[in-house]
Parts: sequence; structure tokens; C-alpha cells
Amino acid sequence: MNEQQQLLPLFEVFVRSKRGLDHKHVGSLHAENPEQALEYARDCYTRRSEGVSIWVVKSSDITASQEEDARSFYDPMDDKPYRHAMHYQLPEPVNNM
Amino acid sequence: MTEFSVNDAELEKRFQDRVDDEQKIEPKDWMPEGYRKNLIRQISQHAHSEVIGMQPEGNWISRAPTLRRKMILLAKVQDEGGHGLYLYSAAETLGASREEMVEALHEGRAKYASIFNYPSLTWADIGTIGWLVDGAAIVNQISLQRTSYGPYSRAMIRICKEESFHQRQGYESLIALAHGSAEQKAMAQDALNRWWWPSLMMFGPHDAESAHSGQSMKWKIKRKSNDTLRQDFVDQTVPQADFLGLEIPDPDLKWNEERGHYDFGEIDWEEFQRVISGDGMCNRDRVATHKKAHDDGAWVRDALRAYEAKKANKSEAA
Amino acid sequence: MTTDQTALLQYALGEADDALILGQRLCEWCYHAPYLEEDLALANVSLDFLGRAQNFYQYAAQLDPQQRTADQLAMLRDSREFRNLLIVELPIGDFAFTMARQFLLDCFYVEFMTALQGSADPNMAGIAAKAIKESQYHLRRSHEWLLRLGDGTEESHRRMQIALDQIWGYTMEMFENSPAENELLAEGIAVDRSALKPAWDTRVNTALVEATLSRPEDGWSVRGGRDGIHTEHHGHLLSELQFLQRAYPGLEW
Repeated sequence: MNEQQQLLPLFEVFVRSKRGLDHKHVGSLHAENPEQALEYARDCYTRRSEGVSIWVVKSSDITASQEEDARSFYDPMDDKPYRHAMHYQLPEPVNNM
Repeated sequence: MTEFSVNDAELEKRFQDRVDDEQKIEPKDWMPEGYRKNLIRQISQHAHSEVIGMQPEGNWISRAPTLRRKMILLAKVQDEGGHGLYLYSAAETLGASREEMVEALHEGRAKYASIFNYPSLTWADIGTIGWLVDGAAIVNQISLQRTSYGPYSRAMIRICKEESFHQRQGYESLIALAHGSAEQKAMAQDALNRWWWPSLMMFGPHDAESAHSGQSMKWKIKRKSNDTLRQDFVDQTVPQADFLGLEIPDPDLKWNEERGHYDFGEIDWEEFQRVISGDGMCNRDRVATHKKAHDDGAWVRDALRAYEAKKANKSEAA
Repeated sequence: MTTDQTALLQYALGEADDALILGQRLCEWCYHAPYLEEDLALANVSLDFLGRAQNFYQYAAQLDPQQRTADQLAMLRDSREFRNLLIVELPIGDFAFTMARQFLLDCFYVEFMTALQGSADPNMAGIAAKAIKESQYHLRRSHEWLLRLGDGTEESHRRMQIALDQIWGYTMEMFENSPAENELLAEGIAVDRSALKPAWDTRVNTALVEATLSRPEDGWSVRGGRDGIHTEHHGHLLSELQFLQRAYPGLEW
């Protein structure tokens, strides 16, 4: 496919559904530039007032971890139970800590 | 670090274990080529169905009988486009480009739901499409919320949330007709007569004859078989037709106490084959309409790119 | 019914008709836009105008001595009774024509609705307060499209310039007060359309320069919409719009 035939670039869309919450990935769309992507995100992903704030990011600008990274990235975290609250047994009277 | 260089058989086993364990497959995960292809086929077909489905209903936007109905219908048809977008977006995570998918549609290599090859002739068709066609789609889509591919599953969850408005608006507009004049009631019955069987066809061939079903079930791309979904649909729809006082055009339709389901007649599979292979009333027109809009828009897309390039040049020069 | 109320009914109907006819035209783009995202965006603009039409018709229905409903006002009046401006009834043409019209109207509506928010009539002011937000977004979109198409390719520039030349003569009507409006001006209910022209000119001229487009000559202009004298396109539009209510009179849908 040559350059001319290619569609507009792909953008990933993130929507904050209400104040106090994180932006959440909702999907993608094609647009010429970030400004247009933002408007299309408004028209395509918030038709039912799903958002109070939108981020758009060119898909090609995202660096993602790969599945083969998983073992070295995440598995070593699995053996650190002391990072989790439930690791600590406290007596009943003070257990709502 | 031998663990990193496992062979395909081992990767495939890990993949299947993950699927069997009801974990989602995500875009960057290793997946069998067949799984990827099967998914792209199914998701793009689903996306095309949403987008081509805009046509029979969009056909009545300009003629909707009241301001409220007009806005509802436009919003509904717009939603179908939105659902197409969510699905194209899910397919794109698998490496298929929108352009390739659209091209496959125009060249007849990609299919879409055959039901949209029937014409929408009266206003009652709009309510009936919402009730039956969206109803059938929901039955299918609810089961697909649990599909094994993450982006597809998430698109389905989003779509199901919006889709219930579609079915309800259709049914509500049919209630108005069913409680209306004799002419309106006849219009509703006529629409049901024409759309009933095509709606049942939406679930595809019998399980025994379904080409992709076995593998799709194993990979949990599909979660329920064609015949199971079709039965679910019939069971939920018959009481709704009764409530409207409309008659389902099937002499064999009756409640089977023993099975706890409705029995129903056999689909005309010849017609199913005929329409799906391109000889329905609207097949050519639907694709031609989509292609024309796409072709007519080429100069607009060119202008966008050219303008953006000029802007980039200017900011570089500055 | 006082003269004032007659004038107010005419005023509300004019705005309702403008919004309905434009909304009806815009929804013709549904599944015909240059690409999917734009299809959805255009449908939103159309929905805004249809919603605006409904608001104005509902208010008009309250003022109507014949006690017609909003739908009856929209679906059962004939062409000669419609009060919409000619510019909104013209066929959609190509994407350049649609966007050129939209831009020229959006520039107008941003000024008009801002002024109407200050109307002494609380109903009109209330509808305007909602409409202004919509129009600001519409203008953001149509302004960007004017730039992209004007300064895009040779082809898009050519189409945009042709579109402007074709529409230009229909823009003057936006700035002419109808007799009803003149009557309501004194009470601070109606907006003085002629007073909006300089601000509109500034907006349009600036954008045209940026888009490398020429402003057409002011030589010709047509009018008649507010008197029910419409283009030949109008009757065909109504025959679609009103089909069901005409073919099956008096039914609930």
C-alpha cells in the first residue's frame, strides 16, 4: 500500500469518565492530527456524556511491554508478599488498619 | 534463558492453557496465526455489518414521522457507525488496517450480516429491525462479551450497553403501531412477516454445517453455538410478539413443554445461501453505496493530508 | 392574542424552521461522509439542529392560537408557510458545499445566539443559552474544515471556492430583520440581525484569508424565505420530511 492510499493515522483514546477517576483506554480512531483526533474522540466516544476529559495519543508513539518481557518484568514482583497489606496478621481489635 | 526460546508447540499449549483458564488474550501476546486470522475475519465482518447496517435504517431518517422519532433514529444509526468504529479499532490491534478491511468489503472478499441485504420498505421496518435484528445481535453479542480476545470483548461490552437502547426504541415504536390504526397494525405485521426468517438466519448455519464453529469454540472466540443462540432468541422473542398482538409467520412454532423451549420451523437454507453469496435484493447496492461514499471522499482525505503536510513544513521552516 | 404574541410566534417559527431544515439536510450525510469518524461527527451536528428545532417548535406550539403541536408545526405546514432562510434549504452538494454553508452559518449563529441569550423573552433566551454551546463547537469544526479544504490540495481549494461563490448570494438574508423581528426589537425580545454583520464579516474575512480563499463579490443576493418564497428544492425536501404524516393523517407514531 503506498503512502497516498493510506488512511489517516491511528490514535488511541483515553477518557476520564468523571472527576477523580483515571483516564481509561476506550479504543482508537483515525484522524489527521491530535486536534482532530480530540474532536472525533468527543463525537465518537462520548456520545452519552461518558467523559469530562479526553486524551488522545498517536498509536505509533506508544511503547508497550511485550509478552516475552513478562517473566522479567512482572514475575519477580510475585514473590514479594510483604508489599501487600494482607501479609500482616493483626489482632482483631486493631485489624481494620 | 532457554525459557525464552520455546518452540511453537509449547507456545500454542501455553496459549490454549490461558484460553482454557478463561484468561483474556491481549494484542501483544503470542497467538496462533489461525487465531489471529479467524479473529480478523470475524471482527471485521462484525464491523462491516454495523456499518452496512446503517443503510436500511438510514433510509428512513429523512422520512421519520415525528421530530422525536427522527432524532432517535439518527442517533441509533449513528451508534451503529460508532459500533463499527469500536470493532474496526479492535481488529486493528491485530495488525489489520482499516483501509485493508474496507477494501476487502468493496471487493466482496469480506462478508457482513446478510440481513442487511433486504430492503426497508415501510416505517414499520424501522421498529422491526430495532426489535428483531438488534435483538438477535444482542443475543449474539452478550455471549461475545466473554470472547477470549481482550479488545474484542471490551468492544462488545461497550456495544451491548448501547445496544439495549436500540432494541427498546424499536419495540417502543412497534407498540405505537400495534396500538394504532388498522393500517398501522397491518404495516407492523407485514414487517414482521418479512424480517422474521432473515432474523433467524442471522445466527448462521446449523452447528453441524458451520465451517468455523469448532475451532472458534475451542479458542473461545465464539462462546455459544449458532443453534443455541438461535433458540435463545426465539424463546425471548415469541412472548414479545404476543404482547404486540402480532403473529410470527411460522406454522410450526409452538411451546415444547418437555424441552422448555419453543419448537420452530426450518429455515429456507436455499434462500440463506442465495443471499449470503451475493444474490439478495440489495447486496450490490449496499456495497456500491459504501464504495461510492468512500470514493467520493477521496479528495477530502487527500486535502487533509496535504494540509497537514503544509503545516508541518511551515512549522519546520519557522 | 396580542400583536406581540403573533410576532413572537413568527419569530420562534422562523428559528425552528431554520434549525429543522438544516438538520434535515445534514442528516442526508448519514453513511455518505468521507470516512466513518466524520460520519459520526456530522450526525452530532445534525442532532444538535434537530434538537434545537424541537425546542423552538415546542415554544411556538405554546404560542399558537390554533394549538398545533410541535410535530404538527413541523410536519403539516406547506412550503409557503415555512419561514426558513433559503441558505439552509439548498441541497447538500459535495462535502465542500456542506462545510462552506456550515461555516458561514456557524459564524452567524455564534453571534446570533450570544445576542439572543440576552432576549427579554426568557424562553428564547433559554433555548439560545443551550444553542450557543453547540454552535461554538460547530464553528470550531467548520472553521478547521474551511482551512483544510481551502489550503489543502488544488482540487479541494477549487471545490471550496466554487462552493463559496454559489452560496454567497444566500448569506445576505441572514442579516435582514423580518417584520415580526422589527416589531419585537423595541421590546428587547428579538436580535437585530443587521447589527451582527460587522462581527460576521470580520470572522469570515479572517478565516478566508487564512484558508487562501477569496471572498466572493457582494453583487448578487436572493431572499424570500421569511415570506415563504422558497427555492424549488424546498417542496421536495418537505415531501420527504412530511411523507408519513401526510400519507396517514392524524395517527400517533
